[in-house]
Amino acid sequence: MSEINAHFRVEYDGFKLDVKLTLPRQGVSALFGHSGSGKTTCLRAMAGLEKLPNSYFAIGDEVWQDSEKGIFVPPHQRDIGYVFQEASLFAHLNVRDNLNFGRRRVAPEKQKVNFENICSILSLTALLDRPPCSLSGGERQRVAIARALLTSPRLLLMDEPLSALDHALKQEILPYLERLQQALSIPIIYVSHSPDEVARLADYIVIIKEGSVLKNGPLAEVMLDADAGVSFYDGRSSMLYAKVSAHKKYHLTELSIDSLTLSVPQISRLVGTKLRCRINAKDVSLCLAPPQDSSISNILAGNVSAIEEGDSPGERIVSVKISAKQTLLATITYASTKRLNLHPGCAVWAQIKSVVIL
Amino acid sequence: MPDFSVIWLTLKLAIIVTLLLLALATPLAWWLSQTQSRLKPLIGSLCTLPMVLPPTVLGFYLLLMLSPNSPIGEFSNYIGIGSLPFSFTGIAIACAIHTLPFVVQPLQNAFESFGKRPLEVAATLRAGPVATFWLVAFPLARPGFFTAAIMGFCHTIGEFGIVLMIGGNIPGQTRVLSLEIYNHVEAMEYEQAHWLAGGMMLVSFIGLLLIYCINHQSTKKPRTGRQIKSKSAMINSPLRKSA
Repeated sequence: MSEINAHFRVEYDGFKLDVKLTLPRQGVSALFGHSGSGKTTCLRAMAGLEKLPNSYFAIGDEVWQDSEKGIFVPPHQRDIGYVFQEASLFAHLNVRDNLNFGRRRVAPEKQKVNFENICSILSLTALLDRPPCSLSGGERQRVAIARALLTSPRLLLMDEPLSALDHALKQEILPYLERLQQALSIPIIYVSHSPDEVARLADYIVIIKEGSVLKNGPLAEVMLDADAGVSFYDGRSSMLYAKVSAHKKYHLTELSIDSLTLSVPQISRLVGTKLRCRINAKDVSLCLAPPQDSSISNILAGNVSAIEEGDSPGERIVSVKISAKQTLLATITYASTKRLNLHPGCAVWAQIKSVVIL
Repeated sequence: MPDFSVIWLTLKLAIIVTLLLLALATPLAWWLSQTQSRLKPLIGSLCTLPMVLPPTVLGFYLLLMLSPNSPIGEFSNYIGIGSLPFSFTGIAIACAIHTLPFVVQPLQNAFESFGKRPLEVAATLRAGPVATFWLVAFPLARPGFFTAAIMGFCHTIGEFGIVLMIGGNIPGQTRVLSLEIYNHVEAMEYEQAHWLAGGMMLVSFIGLLLIYCINHQSTKKPRTGRQIKSKSAMINSPLRKSA
């Protein structure tokens, strides 16, 4: 058993939480839901900050809570890192002492995360002797993330770490989180109510609604799902994993999606960078033959894999498989599916009007 | 000139009571600030009771409790401290009980002022309860400790009623400053009374000035600003009471 297993149950004044989860022990798993859905309670229970009755939590074969057997490991004995919504740095300690607070308590042979390495990934080296009150919001949150990581946790729990920051600071921290994820192999459980953050960072997603799991699975898969997709973004959309392959003339950047290519208005990322893009289903139209004289330059070939009802009776959502693992959604009228005689298995060309780079 | 043995006795009493109270009130205030026990209102009220009772009421019951025939009196005789009423040990115990709320409350306020978050952070950083107290709660509550110590010290120096009830007026044993001033005034020795009363005013003023300076300094730091309001509110109420 190399997975994270959780079953949290609690009931109080009209709120009922019953969440059963199995999460992969790698990458970023997001707990997504609106405020009050119970996602933070789950995260706090994982850390042991909340002692829920009748609950179970284990990482691999290490059980941290099993109410039936009377097991409850207190938070300070769990190998976790926790990043709170507000940085919550110790005001009486400078940055270095904040960073060392947890690290000191971990036996040297168990310290897998290197101090200098983390400081350089999160650009903290110049801040080490400063008191927390002199740092900006983004800097504080970076210190808090480093402080949690320096205990070399088996699991990093993050509770909306970016929600207290404004848009510019979010954009400042997100690349750091991506770099961390690539540099360290510590599984992260990330609580958020921001679809963009989740779409950009998560590999696995759990959508929590009113205290129970609405949907869970790998991100791209869950986003294709009707119920989940709607609660995630306003309308249906699909997510594609891409890689920057070239910067071209006319201010374009070329992205490769498996063997296919997308052109988007120039972005400032290095060639070779992996990224994710979201394509709104309403921005995709379908043709039976490759259009020759369209203004739309992004035309991907694929096969229809499913047709389902859309938001209104006159609409259909068509799933188009564009590669072994990636699927595109298109919203078209019911009439068009009839006129083009679309059916699962038929070959189509998808015209993509706009791409959101995450 | 004043009788310096009276001043020395008073200072000795205030120092001993302050140290004793810091040792006792710290765990008590910590427990009160953290507990969710149903006993909290009960213990909290008991700890505040000495603040609202007239010193004569408190003194009367303490006198009965400490008398040689009571269990406490018999115990103190048994371990060789001797009779408690009309002794220095007796007034130290009485003053400590009377002053307890003035030390517990600033500490409890200080512990509550920074909320649960820093303690939760410490726990997720592998710090057990003891390390969390000493490395996080204690340093964050330090201004509260200053306030508590100064309040305890000044309040003990100003004790009158309870010392009179428990200690009588025995020179070198229980005759403290406030009693001496009373004696001087009774004997129409206004000059000596002036020396002592003026000195007390000065000491109390300096004590308060220190508290306010400490509070003012911590207000300047943006992140510890929250604890200020509750504390100065706290200082005002007991002072009005004991005046």
